[in-house]
Amino acid sequence: MNFFLATLLTPLLGGLLLGVIRNPKSAAKLNILTSSLTFIFSLFLAFEVLGKDSVHAMQDWFYLDSYNVFLVSLTAFVGMTTTIFSKPYMQHELEIERVNERRMRLYHSMYQLFQFGMLLGFTSNNIGVLWVSLELATLATVLLVSLYRTPAAIAAAWKYFILCGMGIALALFGTILVFFTSSAVLGHGNEALTWSLLYTHASDLDPTVMGIAFCFLMVGYGTKVGLVPMHAWLPDAHGEGPTPVSAVLSGLLLNLALYALVRFKMLVDGSTHSDMAGHIMMGFGMISLLVAAMSLHKQRDIKRMFSFSSIEHMALMTFAFGIGTPLASFAALLHMTVHSLVKSGIFFTVGHAAQIMGTQKMAEIRGLIYHHPGIGWGLLIGTAAIAGFPPFAVFMSEFLLFTATLESYPWLAVPLLLGLLIAMGGLFRFVQPMVYGETAEHAKAVHVNMTPVYIHFALALLLGLAIPSFLSYWYHQAAALITGGIV
Amino acid sequence: MSAPFAQQIIDGMAALTLLISFALLAQHRMLSVLNWFAAQGLLLAATAAVVAYSSGEYELYISAIMTFLLKGLLLPWMLWRVIRKLHVHREVEPIMNSGLTIMIAIAVTLFAFHVVQPIEVTSDLMTRNSMAIATACVLLSMLMMITRKKAITQVIGFLAVENSLFFAAIGATNGMPLVVEIGIAFDVLIAALIFGLFFFQIRNTFDSMEIDTLNASLIHKDEDE
Repeated sequence: MNFFLATLLTPLLGGLLLGVIRNPKSAAKLNILTSSLTFIFSLFLAFEVLGKDSVHAMQDWFYLDSYNVFLVSLTAFVGMTTTIFSKPYMQHELEIERVNERRMRLYHSMYQLFQFGMLLGFTSNNIGVLWVSLELATLATVLLVSLYRTPAAIAAAWKYFILCGMGIALALFGTILVFFTSSAVLGHGNEALTWSLLYTHASDLDPTVMGIAFCFLMVGYGTKVGLVPMHAWLPDAHGEGPTPVSAVLSGLLLNLALYALVRFKMLVDGSTHSDMAGHIMMGFGMISLLVAAMSLHKQRDIKRMFSFSSIEHMALMTFAFGIGTPLASFAALLHMTVHSLVKSGIFFTVGHAAQIMGTQKMAEIRGLIYHHPGIGWGLLIGTAAIAGFPPFAVFMSEFLLFTATLESYPWLAVPLLLGLLIAMGGLFRFVQPMVYGETAEHAKAVHVNMTPVYIHFALALLLGLAIPSFLSYWYHQAAALITGGIV
Repeated sequence: MSAPFAQQIIDGMAALTLLISFALLAQHRMLSVLNWFAAQGLLLAATAAVVAYSSGEYELYISAIMTFLLKGLLLPWMLWRVIRKLHVHREVEPIMNSGLTIMIAIAVTLFAFHVVQPIEVTSDLMTRNSMAIATACVLLSMLMMITRKKAITQVIGFLAVENSLFFAAIGATNGMPLVVEIGIAFDVLIAALIFGLFFFQIRNTFDSMEIDTLNASLIHKDEDE
């Protein structure tokens, strides 16, 4: 209970405090401290939830079960390593005058506020508050994406703001529709928006209304997940924002949107007793997978290229949650975890690589492994991990997903495999010359910190070799919860 | 106030809200767009007050006051100041093919009524008729965002979507719980502040408020030429 409050309030207080600290160096240190504290508290919190199946905090306002507890720790963990990466990275950006000290203050403050929004969203038991916190996290990142104030950054932030604002408005409309039917069952009050109560009363909710609501929620939260055709904001926001922001966008924010969508899917399944919601998610997932895999080949900017890979992986998870069998849900949860770890690790590496070469254009990044073996190897290992090579855990989750597809919808295994192969081809087509290629002459010496990257990849490797029992217990529990509604 | 009478007032206000959505879509002058937006906010606050009175949901009075202050006064005033400072208040924005836009708008409205029909029969709230109108308003405001080329009118479209959503909430459900309502209002306020910041950044960087100019700076990054 107390650990819960500490987890939630640390980033909020840290964010407020960082808003008044002028010196960027001490601000960066405080940023790391805040995120580390948040992570430690979240571990205690996870330990508290372990053993009980669910924990309610502050009456019914907050709710932790096996589906969100590991996501809270994951968010806090990636949030922490990102601040460690961000310290030398943003220091360099300050030195080359892409940002000034005032904007650094904005950056640190908004970063913690974003963390607060994320954690509030994951732990909230109220679907209205979930919406509010996702919007809060979005607003914080809009300011982060436009941090460099270049024409492209402003245009990207504007696009992000308008498209996601639109999407999230549709999600609110879906939430209103859910409240419309649930207030008839649970009374006109906060109870009718409380997820844990809705879940137990799901079969009393009107199936027609829930069906229509899900369509709005799918398009709404789907925009935030980055599903095709609502994905237009994603590559721009990732490409033009500072790299730590790209890392947390890909690694964390997309997860929260998908998390929200799946929470609603559980309610809709319980109400309609059909595969309707699952089929819609599978459709969006499959199309996004294929489109993202092919768009990946056409990119010229390294961060945009990897952002299409993020769309591809979010699509895989959406598809897996759509299948909805325990095996598929297990695969999706594992994939969510590993993708966050590996993709943020890749963005850290890419950020350093772009600083050394002084450009994000892939054609001008060459011979990383000769200039800076650490970064070259990092990019190579990260790409191998995200492309789904064994023994990394992405291989495990993709293999499980493939098996689940064969089990339920065998004919969909063909496009699934095709999408994975096209994406893998695209990744290596670009990464191979960047790592080996002829040495570029314009390389600069930059202070880099590869430790967070290696920690992320090591964890991905560990999860691929052996999943700790408590984590697999949570995955199994959550998968059962997600599957529960369909029958 | 007897129930049928309150019902008639609410239905009348719903019709007016729909009318304003059409008006927003068809206006050329920047100031008229803003005036209609302010009118929508005021109407919304009035609707909330009427629903609060007739349903006895006292939390809704607080929502009504918040709406009046935020959407009826503060946001229009902020936008008005911004367009004054940017010297665009006299600007006329040509709408491509306004006849076609209105035709599409009518089709969208019919579509909204069609979609919502199965929902309306499930409720016995007296305000349930307004669900279809709220859906239509949401879609019309989105249409406004698509047809407009300037950053400011796009934002007014965005805020009109929020207005329509609030209308849906009071119309269909007698209002969301207060905590959520406050959260949403807070987010809208922050969003409006960020929009305000962006207007000046866009003007300083691009020397224009056209969305096409903004997108042009991203296009060259998109794909192979």
